Amino acid sequence: MENTTSTIKHETLPKGSIEKTTTTLNLGPTHPATHGVFQNILEVDGERIVSTEQTVGYIHRAFEKIAEHRPLYQITPLTDRMNYCSSPINNMGWHLTCEKLLGIQTPKRVDYLRVLIMELARVADHLICNSVIGVDTGAFTGFLYVMQYRELIYEIWEEVCGSRLTTNIGRIGGFERDFNDIAFTKLEKFLKEYPAVLREFENLFTRNRIFMERTIGTGPISAERALNYGFTGPNLRAAGVDYDVRVHTPYSSYEDFDFDIPVGKTGDSYDRFLVRNQEMWQSLSIIEQAYKKIQDFKGEEATVYHADVPAYYLPDKKDVYTKMEALIYHFKIVMGEIDIPPGEVYTCVEGGNGELGFYLISDGGRTPYRLHFRRPCFIYYQAYGEMIKGSMLSDAIVVLSSLNLIAGEMDG
Amino acid sequence: MTNEEVKNRLTEHFGEQLKNFEEPYGMLTFEAPKEKNIEVLKFLNEDNELAFRFLTDLTVVHYPAFQGRELAVVYHVHNLVDNIRIRFKVFLDIAKPDVASASELYSSANWQEREAYDFFGVNFVGHPNLIRIMNVEEMDYFPMRKEYPLEDQTRIDKDDEMFGRGGTMGFGNTQENNVRIQIPQAEKEK
Repeated sequence: MENTTSTIKHETLPKGSIEKTTTTLNLGPTHPATHGVFQNILEVDGERIVSTEQTVGYIHRAFEKIAEHRPLYQITPLTDRMNYCSSPINNMGWHLTCEKLLGIQTPKRVDYLRVLIMELARVADHLICNSVIGVDTGAFTGFLYVMQYRELIYEIWEEVCGSRLTTNIGRIGGFERDFNDIAFTKLEKFLKEYPAVLREFENLFTRNRIFMERTIGTGPISAERALNYGFTGPNLRAAGVDYDVRVHTPYSSYEDFDFDIPVGKTGDSYDRFLVRNQEMWQSLSIIEQAYKKIQDFKGEEATVYHADVPAYYLPDKKDVYTKMEALIYHFKIVMGEIDIPPGEVYTCVEGGNGELGFYLISDGGRTPYRLHFRRPCFIYYQAYGEMIKGSMLSDAIVVLSSLNLIAGEMDG
Repeated sequence: MTNEEVKNRLTEHFGEQLKNFEEPYGMLTFEAPKEKNIEVLKFLNEDNELAFRFLTDLTVVHYPAFQGRELAVVYHVHNLVDNIRIRFKVFLDIAKPDVASASELYSSANWQEREAYDFFGVNFVGHPNLIRIMNVEEMDYFPMRKEYPLEDQTRIDKDDEMFGRGGTMGFGNTQENNVRIQIPQAEKEK
């Protein structure tokens, strides 16, 4: 009788593959739920996450290296592309760093205008983050509803600087031009309509049973661990630490404003959501105060929009054609022939995600000797593995969006 | 607490080991010996008076001119209660850039040290997972060191068809041999 045994060869499986009870799952690099380009390699047992490993750097653009070869004003567009949800804050932070190094005092009106723009940026940033948590928990309406008002914020920026997302707003010493009336009209519209929208947005989520079930207790972190992980911004405040750069080291005349620092308690996704919502209310109040202060300027003062620093601030075009000094400075600035005084300076601002730091070393050349960005996202994303360990896969998505990870900021 | 008090407290404990105290733009800055970096960080953290318990930033600066101490690891620490920041540096020899890792003390140091390794090649001894973080793993140099300049924007030896330099669009280059448009000899002589 012929041998009937099958001739199909069975490849030997790698050792351990039968015994292995967990599944490896790639979340990212391009996955709609990560809202950015970064990878999470999850080891899951059923739906429980056993361990994770994060990979970042997919959109690293070597800003620190490029900055070593550029004059100060050409570095502003690089900062745009870090946290692109609130680029004006990055721009202002960079200008403040330069001004500190160069010893430039900005007029009060410039400070207030900057505060106005920065707080609008904070609202835009938190709006995205919070509404995206909504999307990830299955509520799309809130997201679409508030987008109209982010659009309005973008329109205000457009009036001020001409662009919307990567703003390149302002210059060293102030703004490139004064705010026009349309900008203020749009701001008034925003201040009038937005509170009702935000209230409705809150109504939609804050006491929504489904939303609460999805977010309460997911991805909690204690204050101690959060500090050890270098958390700053809303994520740290959600864990109960009232650290806010605007209050601790006031910049751009933040000391003139009256506002609270909302803090959470458990540091879970729900607290992060609530803290961001409260911060939007505080930002609104700051914007109102700033607008009032700007309106209070009279006469000559009401037209000031930059400090008098001819060596760093581009002169008016009509002066370039008619005045000798203006022409010289214009040429020197554009050609990048302005020497930067030697020095070492660390400045930080309260970005959308936390303490955005600029560590600038100048050796007296025309470009920075070394520039390092302290990018809050990059630092706190390390904690993600610890935060989601043992939780469900669907919770990991919510935690990811509630941390407000921006790939551009993470990779620098 | 003032910078002066921090300085006194530190010199009381470490004596002459810490040097070059400065205050650029109001931030106390000093230099520590490279074997002492963790000891200094620990002391700053654990001392009840100082209480610098937040590692704000960790980065590296390359000074090719400093013979035997080319790489400076810079730590920014923050006392959140008294709201005071200080910065200290340890200098390493680029031929043997070994320094102890702070990742045990601060979880936030983990990736920041990986980044420092990735770009400057500082070897953080005791780091749990010292691999590249931003660049590809196959990379065999440390790109943020000063000996690597940015690419020359006018180079022509590269196939840059997709990026506007060279290629069929002819921005500065001809299509065939990828060299700059030659000025005809007759034109030169004019």
